[in-house]
Order: sequence, then structure tokens, then C-alpha cells
Amino acid sequence: MNTANLSLFGRTKALEHKLDEFLDVLSECNIQFKAAITYFLEAGGNNAAAFQQKVKEVSTMESRGDDLRRTIEAELYEQALIPDFRGDVLSLLEDLDTLINMFEDNLINFAIENPQFPAELHKELKLLCEQVALSVESCVMSTRAFFRDINAVRDHSHKVMLYEKEADKLSIALKTAIFKIDLGLDQKAHLRNFVDKIDQLADEAEDVCDLLAIYTIKRAA
Amino acid sequence: MDLSVLFFMSSGLFLGWSLGANDAANVFGTAVGTKMIKFSTAALICTIFVILGAVISGAGAAHTLSKLGDINALGGAFVAAFAAAAVVAWLTVLGLPVSTTQAIVGAIIGWNFFTGMATDFSVFKTIIGTWFISPVLTAFFSYFMYKGVSWWLNKQKVHLISLDALTRYSLIIAGVLGSYSLGANNIANVMGVFIGANPFTDVGFLSGLQILFFVGGITISVGIYTYGKRVMMTVGDSIAPLTPVGAVVVVLATSLVLFLFASEDLEFVLASLGLPTIPLVPVSSSQAVVGGVIGIALIKNASNIRWRVTGRIVVAWIQTPIVSALASFVMLFLVQNVFAITVFQKVEFQVSKPLLERHAKVLDVKSLESLIGKSYETSGALKNDVDKILPHAEYKAELNFVQEARMERITVDPAKFPELGKSGLLTQPQIDSVKSLSGKTFDYRWQLVDALAATSETWRMKEKTVLNKPYNKDVSQRLTIVMDLYTEKMK
Repeated sequence: MNTANLSLFGRTKALEHKLDEFLDVLSECNIQFKAAITYFLEAGGNNAAAFQQKVKEVSTMESRGDDLRRTIEAELYEQALIPDFRGDVLSLLEDLDTLINMFEDNLINFAIENPQFPAELHKELKLLCEQVALSVESCVMSTRAFFRDINAVRDHSHKVMLYEKEADKLSIALKTAIFKIDLGLDQKAHLRNFVDKIDQLADEAEDVCDLLAIYTIKRAA
Repeated sequence: MDLSVLFFMSSGLFLGWSLGANDAANVFGTAVGTKMIKFSTAALICTIFVILGAVISGAGAAHTLSKLGDINALGGAFVAAFAAAAVVAWLTVLGLPVSTTQAIVGAIIGWNFFTGMATDFSVFKTIIGTWFISPVLTAFFSYFMYKGVSWWLNKQKVHLISLDALTRYSLIIAGVLGSYSLGANNIANVMGVFIGANPFTDVGFLSGLQILFFVGGITISVGIYTYGKRVMMTVGDSIAPLTPVGAVVVVLATSLVLFLFASEDLEFVLASLGLPTIPLVPVSSSQAVVGGVIGIALIKNASNIRWRVTGRIVVAWIQTPIVSALASFVMLFLVQNVFAITVFQKVEFQVSKPLLERHAKVLDVKSLESLIGKSYETSGALKNDVDKILPHAEYKAELNFVQEARMERITVDPAKFPELGKSGLLTQPQIDSVKSLSGKTFDYRWQLVDALAATSETWRMKEKTVLNKPYNKDVSQRLTIVMDLYTEKMK
């Protein structure tokens, strides 16, 4: 029997827990993505069992994230909760879900297309993934702050912008390096596409934070 | 059952409807306006607790004193209640929050003018004071309370969803308490005047009075359901945009202002602890709640305040007693002359030696001796004569003199003694004291009061101090029971 609904704040706490769990899913996808790329590069392709395992895990988490998002959205509407911020929270959840989907899409593309990054680019690519991971993690923290401590939102959002800028610099450097290496144009374009897709994760995190800044102003008003 | 009583009661029921349609916004306006509580939920909670308040607490001795009771004929009370109800209903249709009590006071003034009774004009001072004091005090309180609550919430780092639940529960609890007191405090205004002509008898555990108030409570509920939303949306949404936390603060600030500045209980507690008391000032919840919303808007963004809406509300406050008095006057004229319905009972005012002796300390009674033996049909006529002789008499003292000149010729009829114990509110020494006056007749009401005080200490008022206020109030309520029994009932 679900006892959460019996206590006065039971349903509230259960919903808060779901929101936290949704953000946990995003945070875990972020960590698993970074690990998956490392396994992919170290194994020299998509055959590594550890990489395949990570792809599966991220895919499972993406489904879990979708379920959580739908449940949270339904509860917010059915119980007519947070009337003044419901729209903002719903679009925030949609945007964060897009981030989770992007992690999954990226890994599936790695698994299917098996891009062959030359060894001399591995370090830069890992650095790019590191910056992307930092920006997404700060975005998650900023979102958590939006729900609990709006004064901290700006601190985290500010970091997202810094990490996104670093990610942009790294992606440009990486793409420049790709086009300097002696590879066929098709392969260069293929690798550039992957770099862009990874960098887009940081861009998306930054977009979420831009909206979050507006939601925060509204909440603080 | 006398059908004419039911007809006369219909205007009380109309007044109940208007009260529900307008005053429910004081309790649930901000909650519904901010969409924190659905209108249907608010209406249901309000309905249940208004009826409970009316039946359980409204029937207590403290609440049964009706303002319309100043009117001495059922036809007059019918018209006055109808005029007040019509004015409140009209302003409700326009979605404007107004004070039902002030509409009733206006209607009584209309009756006073029509019948030539002396009017205590200080009541206008009170009403005008309320227009300023209620919103300003509540705006002040809500401003600082909102700042405090915001600071606390920042410190506590409450989750948005928990905050939502906390706000919702607070609004519901405040709504429950507000609805209960709305029912308890206002039912007498709606049905109190018909207590004397109550057509209902005791059924089971409910007394006839409780059934009368239950019927009144139901009409208030019908008012909430059918027209309550409009005024709620004005209060909670149209004056200025309000956040859910702001909605709670407005309700709390309104309750706090009523508690601090209008509660005699608090005054008594402070005085008994030897602390300085807060001066009691006239406040109205309808006007307080508007001030509360403006107070919060001043913190957020003063440019968000819709001054046109606010202006219309203020104009409606001013219109309420004035239009009510005019409507009451015109309708009394029509009802009396077209439908030949009695709107006031003839009364007699007479100056006598004992009356002059009683007022010797505050009035120059020597010059009033020329009035001894003269009979007046209205207090207004007597007041005019007193004014001519003593143009500079102290206003309140003169008014009191004129009111006490009313001849009632009360005979303490022993046949009514068994009814004294029925209320359960009179003590045995008090009942014995009334019995000791068996068969005696008193020209003036105050003579009977004095005679009772002379026979028993339990009927004696204490010195007028804050600490003695509850005791004196209690004695005067018990005196009302005796007077109601021996004076003529409203017809």
C-alpha cells in the first residue's frame, strides 16, 4: 500500500521526489555519456562491451526520464499545482528531457556510425566531453536551485555559460584539427558532425539556463 | 405558521444572498483569484462553515443582537433589509467588494429619517474612519508581513512544490476559520431581526433559533455559489496581480488587523496582564482585504496596481451607506403609502422629573423643565426641542437623554416568570431579583434596569474600565433577555 498519499504532505513529497529523480536521471546520463565516449575511444570503436553497456544504460534512463516527465506533468495538471509556475516548470522539464534525448541520440549515433577519431584528437575530444559534462551538471544544479533556493540559480547558471564558452572553443579547435589532418573529406565531415553534436549538448544546457534565469526573475518578483 | 412572517423574512433571505455573494470574497477572494483553490472547492468549504458558524456560534447571546433591531416594525425591517440587500446585490453584480454592515447601517439611517427618529451621526464618523483605517492598516501589515515571509522562505529554502502545498493548506485553514466567523458574526444581521417573529419551533437537538439561522446560512451559501466568483476575482486578480504566497499574506494580514484592532478579547487579555492595550478602531474585513492586496502590490511593483478598479471600489464604499439610506427612505415611503404596510410602530417620548434628575450631571436640566409633561411621537421631535433650549449641549449626552425619554410602561408580569429560566443564561439570583419586582410597572426601560440593580448585585454594572468590559457586556446581554420578554415584540 502506498502510504505516501495518506500523510498531509505525502503527495507533495512524492512529487518532489519524482522531480529530483528526473534530475538524477539527467545527471546520470551526463556521467554515463562521458564514460561511454571514453570507453569508445579507448577501445578504438563501438565493439567494446563496456561502451555497449553504457549505451544500453543511457537508453534505459531515457525511457525512465520520459516516464517521470509524463507523470510529473500529469500530476501538476491534474492537481492544479503551482498555478503561477506550472507553464514554466512544464517547459523546463521538456527542455531537460531534450537534453536526455540528445545524450541517447549521440551514443546511438556513435554505436551505429562508429566514427574513427584519430588518436591525436582523443585528448581534445575527451576535454570537450568534460566541458560538456560540467555545463550539463551545472545546469542540473541550477534547476535544482530553481526549485529550492532561487538565490543560487544565478551562481550555477553563470558556470554553465563559462563551460559552454570553453566547449565552443574546444569544438572549434577540434574541428580545425580535423580539417588539418590528412583524411578524406567525407571522413572529416563525419567527424565534424560528431563534434558539433557533442557541443550542442552544452548549447542546449545554456539555452535551458537562459530560460531558467527568466523563470527565476518571475519567481523572485 | 403566519405566512406574512415568511413574506417579511424574504428580504432577510435576500440580504443573506447578497452577503454570501459579496463577503465570501473577503475569505476566499485571494485564494480563488490566484487559482490556488478552485471556486467550486472554495464555495463548498465556505458553505459548510458559514452554516456551521451561523448555527453553532451565531445563536449565542453575543451574536443575536441585530443592527436592524433598532427598527420597531417588521414591515420597516423588511424594507430596510431589502434596501441594504438590493444595494449590496447591485454592487456585487458589478463585482465590487463592499461592507454589508455599512449597507445595513445606511438603511437604518433611511428608516430614522423617514420616521423622524433621532440619528446618531457619529456612526458616519465611524464608517468614514473605516474606509481609511481598514485598508491603510492592512496594507501596512501585509507589506511588512510579506517582506518577513519572503525572508523566511529564502532562509528555509522550501521546495516549490512544498511551498505550493503549504500555501494551499494555509489558504484552506484560513478560509475555514474565516467562513465560520463570517457565518457566526453576520447571521444576526441577516436573520436577527426576525428572532422575535421566528416561525420555527425546536426540532430534535436544534432550537427554533438555530433552524432560523440555518435557513439564513443556506441563503448565504446560495449567494456564494451563484454570484460569489465575481467579487472574488476582483479581490484576488483585478486590483493587482497576486502570488499564492501574497494571497496567504493578505488573508493573514486581514485577520491580524481585525484581531489586533477590533478584538475586545485581546484588549481584555492585555489589560489583565497589566500591559498597555491597543486602541480599538472600526475595521471592516471587506475594506481591509483590498488594502492587503494593495500593500503587497506596493512591494512587487506599484505600477501593477489597477487604480481604475481601486477607484471604482472606493466609490462603491462611499455609495454603499448613502444609496442604501436613500433606497430605504424611498422604499419605506412606497411601502407605507402604496401597500399600506406598517413600517414603524408609534412610540411615545416624554420628559419627566426622574428623567431630568438622571441626566442632571451632563445636561443643564433646569432649562429643560419646561418640557415636562409634553409628549412626542418621535425622538427627532424631542431632540429638536432640546436643541432649541440647549443649542450647545454635548451631542452624545443629548442623544442619550432623548433615547432614554422613550416611554415603554413595562409591567413585570408574573405569568412570564417561567420563561426567564428557559434561556439558561440567567442565574437564580437574577431570576429572583426579577420576581421581586412582580406586578410593578416602569415608565422607562432604564427605571426597570435601575430597579433590578437595586434588588440584586448581579444586575449591577461595574465601573467602566477595560477589565470590567466583558462583565458589563455580559450583564447587558442578560438584561436584553429580560427586556425582550417584557417589552412588546416587533410586529
